[in-house]
Amino acid sequence: MAETPTRSAARSAGEAAPARARRSRGPRTPRPGPGLPQPPDTAGAEAPDTAVPAAPDTAGTLVGFYRQMLLVRRFEERAARAYTEAKIGGYCHLNLGEEATVVGLMAALRPTDYLFTNYREHGYALAKGIGADRVMAELYGRSTGVSKGWGGSMHLFDAEARLLGGYGIVGGQVPLAAGAALAVSYKGGDDVVMCQMGDGTTAIGGFHEALNIAALWDLPAVFVVVNNGLGMGTAVERSAAEPELWKRGAAYRMASARVDGTDVVAVRDAARLAVERARSESRPYLLEAVSPRLKGHSVVDPARYRSKEEKDALKDADPVARTARRLADAGILSPEDRDRIDAEVTAEVEAAAAFADASPQPDVSTLFDYTYATPVAGEQRRLPADPVFRS
Amino acid sequence: MATVTYRQALRDTLRAEMLRDENVLLMGEEIGLFEGSYKITEGLLKEFGPRRVRDTPIAEEGFVGAAIGAAMLGLRPVVEIMTINFSLLALDQIVNHAAKIYGMFGGQASVPLVIRTPGGGGQQLGATHSQNVELFYAFIPGLKVVAPSTPAEASAMLKAAIRDDDPVLFLENLALYNTKGELPDAIDAVEPAEIGRAAVTRPGTDITIIGYSRMARVAAEVADTLAAEGISAEVVDLRSLRPLDRETIVASVRRTGCAVVAEDDWLTYGIGAEIAATVQEGAFDWLDAPVRRVAMAEVPLPYAKSLETAALPSAGSLLTAVRATLAATGRALEPAS
Repeated sequence: MAETPTRSAARSAGEAAPARARRSRGPRTPRPGPGLPQPPDTAGAEAPDTAVPAAPDTAGTLVGFYRQMLLVRRFEERAARAYTEAKIGGYCHLNLGEEATVVGLMAALRPTDYLFTNYREHGYALAKGIGADRVMAELYGRSTGVSKGWGGSMHLFDAEARLLGGYGIVGGQVPLAAGAALAVSYKGGDDVVMCQMGDGTTAIGGFHEALNIAALWDLPAVFVVVNNGLGMGTAVERSAAEPELWKRGAAYRMASARVDGTDVVAVRDAARLAVERARSESRPYLLEAVSPRLKGHSVVDPARYRSKEEKDALKDADPVARTARRLADAGILSPEDRDRIDAEVTAEVEAAAAFADASPQPDVSTLFDYTYATPVAGEQRRLPADPVFRS
Repeated sequence: MATVTYRQALRDTLRAEMLRDENVLLMGEEIGLFEGSYKITEGLLKEFGPRRVRDTPIAEEGFVGAAIGAAMLGLRPVVEIMTINFSLLALDQIVNHAAKIYGMFGGQASVPLVIRTPGGGGQQLGATHSQNVELFYAFIPGLKVVAPSTPAEASAMLKAAIRDDDPVLFLENLALYNTKGELPDAIDAVEPAEIGRAAVTRPGTDITIIGYSRMARVAAEVADTLAAEGISAEVVDLRSLRPLDRETIVASVRRTGCAVVAEDDWLTYGIGAEIAATVQEGAFDWLDAPVRRVAMAEVPLPYAKSLETAALPSAGSLLTAVRATLAATGRALEPAS
């Protein structure tokens, strides 16, 4: 595994000071790179089979994954540009570098399975089957957006695609997902609820409360920690006393595993195992996917807390380039095919941006439409300067 | 009609709603095997089983969040938070999630959730177990907050809350659980209340007393005392803190010309501050005296009985404030003959 000089130095310093044993903990988050160990770590009271009974993927499936990954890549790059052009407001967190994780996870779900995510979720919305135009329109704050312009980048939702929300509060979605899984189980359905979160979320109380409840109640939920090594600018090792985040499942006797998040097939296989276990046995699962974040925390973050060496190492870890190389080596993606796919997804993203730009902002007359689902007497519908009483 | 306690009214209503709708389930700490810290859920685990009466770990953020998620998929969870003090552990889920999901996603998912929780001091439970922080929730658009004061209202309001598609914080009060009132023999005969409506529970002409939950009950007692002195006090029971029925408040004060607010929370920035502002906005020209507020002393509530009693609003303190307000009007009141 590729470690950066900075981190190696930190570990050496720690090892030289045995009196501060807790500090000697080295980085346990594998730095994604060409030499990443492939077999997933697994644990749990009943550790899952590592063998995945599945037919070999066809070239069409693999190229399809690549296409989706490239769509996410181009979408996020276009979103970053739109942000700098002030077409997008607020915060804007991108899935750049997480494309293999995003696509692999979504490939393991049935269309009827539910998904909760955090605020870094544009790619998930695309891979869950929502059109790029409606996702981009939401980023632009337009009425044609998935959340009708009420949510923005962090709060994508689509009832039909069963994306039950991006959530802006770290960890907020984790108890919600447990509850959605309770509803599925209560009604006797066989859908699975997947809950995506970042590495930083594993420090939040609600994460632990929700995993405990999910395990106690045998809920069909798959909790996925996307470990990109950084909670904003804080390295996992600086915020997690057990930086091997997947091991937290053990505290709840929950089967858990870690997978290389830059390998789309490995992610799909690990997620499929977790999802089918949740579906068939109604048992929750904790999956950690280790995948780099190629850029800053959000569009406006230049990531100065990363060394030049760290930034250089990221280039080798780029899952989109890596997948392209693999497919080319396997003889199923020619340079021409690659360019054609690129041109197609780029055109799709450009069309999405044009659609968003041409869409109207929500009319001010709709301002009070979504405060309450059940209309209620006495609700205040006044603008800032309006008097409380009109007579 | 039967005479029942507030506790019994809640329990019977929960049971009736569970019988009526399979999607209604109960969640909370000690509500099942223990039958509830205040025995509101007595017998319900036995009758409905652990699928519908779910004991939770001590994890307010976790189980309130789970209830929200379950509600998003169409269940109608009724969560019990042992006391409103512990709701602070779930503040993020209530304020940032339950209250936001309907609007933030453009109306695509509603959250038909009820959070039942008692506030109230007076039981020598000390500073962290005696608070009245309903204001935190009444402040938040997207939430509904109701605070019934009698068994009949509690039953009607709980039915309404469970059938409502929005998150409703249902405020109870420790001092109300053993109070009694009339309820139809058949709980099914109770009509769901309309959330957002206050009620003039006692008409009067000289002064308006506005209260909710326990203090609405205290206001009724004080009105009785005043009646014996020939003073006609009108009592407005808010019943709903959000939305607030401003029209009923203002209409009453326009009739009586003066008002006292009775609240169990702290005065500064409290519920009474909003009522007083409402009165000056809607009945300024009708006011004969400044609006007064009777509220808890602004201290962490002490354990010692002497201090606790002194700090809490009571019938006595409300009477004092009413008399002072009437005096401030400068009206020549006819003494009772």
